Amino acid sequence: MATVFKRPHALIDKSMHYCPGCTHGIIHRLIAEVLDELDIEGTTVGVSPVGCTYNNYEYFNCDMVQAAHGRAPAVATGIKRANPDNVVFAYQGDGDLAAIGTAEIVHAAARGEKITVIFVNNAIYGMTSGQMAPTTLINQVTTTSPFGRKPEVHGFPIKVCEMLSTLEGAVFVERVSTHDVKNIMNAKKAIKKAIQVQRANLGFGIVEILSSCPTNWGMNPVDALGWIKDKMVPFYPLGNFKGKDLEV
Amino acid sequence: MGEKLLMKGNEVIAEAAIRAGCKHYFGYPITPQTEIAHYMAKKMPEVGGTFVQAESEIAAINMVYGAASAGVRVMTSSSSPGISLKQEGISYAAGAELPAVIVNIVRCGPGLGGILPAQCDYFQAVKGGGHGDYKMVVLAPSSVQELYELTVEAFNISDKYRQLTMIMGDGVLGQMMEAVEFKDQENIVNVDKPWATTGTGMKREHNTIQSIYIQPEVLEQHNKKLQEKYKLIEENEVRVESYNCEDADIIVTAFGTTARIVNNVIKMAEKEGIKVGLIRPITLWPFPVKEFEKYAEVPKAFLSVELNAGQMVEDVRLSVNGKRPVYFYGRMGGMIPSQQEILDQIKQILNK
Amino acid sequence: MKNQDIIIAGFGGQGILSAGRILAYAGMLENKNVSWLPSYGPEMRGGTANCSVIISDEAVGSPIINIATSLIVMNGPSLDKFEKMVSSGGVIIIDSSLVEKVPERKDVDIYRIPATKTALDMGNATFATIVLLGKLIAATNIVSKESFEEALKKTLPAKKHYMIPDEIKALEYGMNY
Repeated sequence: MATVFKRPHALIDKSMHYCPGCTHGIIHRLIAEVLDELDIEGTTVGVSPVGCTYNNYEYFNCDMVQAAHGRAPAVATGIKRANPDNVVFAYQGDGDLAAIGTAEIVHAAARGEKITVIFVNNAIYGMTSGQMAPTTLINQVTTTSPFGRKPEVHGFPIKVCEMLSTLEGAVFVERVSTHDVKNIMNAKKAIKKAIQVQRANLGFGIVEILSSCPTNWGMNPVDALGWIKDKMVPFYPLGNFKGKDLEV
Repeated sequence: MGEKLLMKGNEVIAEAAIRAGCKHYFGYPITPQTEIAHYMAKKMPEVGGTFVQAESEIAAINMVYGAASAGVRVMTSSSSPGISLKQEGISYAAGAELPAVIVNIVRCGPGLGGILPAQCDYFQAVKGGGHGDYKMVVLAPSSVQELYELTVEAFNISDKYRQLTMIMGDGVLGQMMEAVEFKDQENIVNVDKPWATTGTGMKREHNTIQSIYIQPEVLEQHNKKLQEKYKLIEENEVRVESYNCEDADIIVTAFGTTARIVNNVIKMAEKEGIKVGLIRPITLWPFPVKEFEKYAEVPKAFLSVELNAGQMVEDVRLSVNGKRPVYFYGRMGGMIPSQQEILDQIKQILNK
Repeated sequence: MKNQDIIIAGFGGQGILSAGRILAYAGMLENKNVSWLPSYGPEMRGGTANCSVIISDEAVGSPIINIATSLIVMNGPSLDKFEKMVSSGGVIIIDSSLVEKVPERKDVDIYRIPATKTALDMGNATFATIVLLGKLIAATNIVSKESFEEALKKTLPAKKHYMIPDEIKALEYGMNY
């Protein structure tokens, strides 16, 4: 009997700790599939963030380095500069990347560091139980914006891809989503292209992946996927911002 | 030994690091250590190394964290306020047992303080600074030649123990020029780093670099392992210089620039018939406790002279352990005690 | 004289720090112990510059000079600041092109030389420090003229070596003034 679906080698055979309906697991799998398909597991080093995925070093079969909150792009810079032949990716959430780590992400992109950042945006802090994130939508209720995010009190959400696209060093910038199969397949294509851009030494690449957090959004998993589609996508438009036509 | 060169302390640190095989430097400008970055920016391309001017001290120490994870010899340098910013990364790197060298050319605080020489970061360097039970080896050179030798040594110590090592100087040492003689061949201790995250090559289990251990039993075990390592370092890596202590009337203790001033005081005091000894800790951690124990009952008193409000004196008191009175004299804010000032203190103590 | 604790002070841009460096280098070439310490504090931002050079047969203790055996000054404020730090029997050398004031001290040897004017006449203002160092060498014998010349070669980048013959003329002018 032919095997048509199996666990990617780059993903360790271990049950993940993520909540039911969370899309981190899907995103991990997409990364692992790309490492398998490009046959680069043995040369890849990943950087784990602080947040729900702090211990994803337990899930990837490649070498992994756990970083301080927000500092993953700086840590990835150090790894890549030390061993330029490694493929280096940093996995970051929205608090990690767009709040405490804004300096590190902006400057890694500005320098054109040859790393790939997987930016998981679920518009909320998951690990610390549902506080407002820099990407929380206007009127979205969180534990620290209990009456909804109000621009006059909390300011506005940050559109990371749009912001980083203005930097010459960022050569591949794309926003994708995980709310249905078609979009998940697109997400994988974007991750693969971003890694190929790194391997071709073209510059900094980032893939922003809209993701769900049923637990902290207070929804069931299906409604949460619907919420990505109906609420997040209109504000965070999907698509390639830069690097679509790069030859890799 | 090669030709004698006249070089600035900061430049010698940078040259020594390169000679020690450090090909990766990450930093952010701050007075009075910036010449280290200037030198690295110029020399690293020549030796095929990396110089990155980071966006902040925080980013710089995290780049160090990444490069150290990748198994290479790596250094960052800064001065007091910048070292405060690095504390997060220092604690993480200590927890993850990453070997790296951090240079602090100390200026005066607190806050933005001033840019003149001080030793007010002693506590920060030897007692923590960042969170958690960790230690850095802290080397305190007092001449440009020693800046060279101890910088090379710092990389060896770091690699040998998977340990952070700090070179602690001050504005005088960083800015001054003195003769330095480089060796033709450096003593580089080559240590295998099977733990480094360089890619599995599909030939081994994956390596992980981490300071997080969420299970309390595991984290306690990890802490115990760290403490055992620190004990080993305390046994093996103490460095100290003593002078004139055998039958001293008073033993002065000082490190770095201050010890140089005390050297002059010893000569002045001799002319007045006072025998002054000097214990100069070269490793501030591990502190040379045994050296103080050895001479604890020799002089009438000890005097710790520092460019701060009294920091190392606490370790001196612990080491002398009540056997003799331990006095303190310090200046702050970039003020440096004159030889006469110190001699006056000595006379005052001896007349008590 | 065996030991010299020398302060060289003036405005930024006059070549004060380089002058100190050449002097220290010359001392090192004679196998003496030397140190060179620049001012880098707030006064540097105010446009003044000074450095402390110690040349000694013994190991150099503190590179910070509390009492100087020699002082070279190239502006008025530096004379005011450092005059009182010179030891009795010491030497004060003044660029009289820039400093009109005459020191009050009677217990030191004072030399007033129009160094900047001489240097400008020679076509290069930076020679002023060399003129003054010439006087220092003649007055204290702290290093030989030959060592100084060798130090110039070591400290100047190769593309500026063509200037050395003129620098030696400036040095001799100072020595013989």
